[in-house]
Amino acid sequence: MSGMIDIVYAEYNYWIYVTLMMIGFYAMIAKKNLIKKVIGANIFQTAIFLFYISLADVTGGTAPIIVGHGGEHAEHAADVIYTNPVPHCLILTAIVVAVSTTAVALALIIRIYNEYGSLEEDVILAARRKLQPEFSEHARQKGVAEVSEQ
Amino acid sequence: MIWILDITMLFFLVVCAIAAISIKDLLSAIIILSAYSLIMAIVWVEMHSVDVGFTEAAVGAGITTVLFIATLARTEGRSED
Repeated sequence: MSGMIDIVYAEYNYWIYVTLMMIGFYAMIAKKNLIKKVIGANIFQTAIFLFYISLADVTGGTAPIIVGHGGEHAEHAADVIYTNPVPHCLILTAIVVAVSTTAVALALIIRIYNEYGSLEEDVILAARRKLQPEFSEHARQKGVAEVSEQ
Repeated sequence: MIWILDITMLFFLVVCAIAAISIKDLLSAIIILSAYSLIMAIVWVEMHSVDVGFTEAAVGAGITTVLFIATLARTEGRSED
């Protein structure tokens, strides 16, 4: 049991990242509002970034910038421990990708709002069933091909 | 890593995430998401990942908020859930 507590204590960043990921995932699935879904996607993405940055952290390490290169502390340069910079580079790229996907999602949301006049998923789906009967519940039971023939 | 600062910031992170998805007013939700991004940037700088920290502060907390508010200006600011 104390071993379990040690794991929870030593790896608390990972527990927080899983919690944040589940919060974002819940928002993406259960929330009806489209902007809420995008907020959930953002939380999900930053949770994965937190995982990577926690992975790169080294106990007693410092920021990956060369210390004392040719300067007055040059004799200590070999003693310095750095955190791993490779996940930092990956996440720097991923942040930019996250902003691009958010921008595309929000552009689609504006387009959907202009078409259907609502951001609520159930209202949009109901309006869509009215406009295109092949998406109705009746059509789903009979098969889309049969209804569009009529 | 200063563990007491780390735990405090991670706690606020979870609180902000839950508040951002459960609040009904969308403008408030977006501002809370911006605060969430800023706290995340603090956590990263504190974990010696300075480049990612300031990119998140500029892009995550800045540009994303502007994009969300621009969307909100063209749609409606009220959510049913």
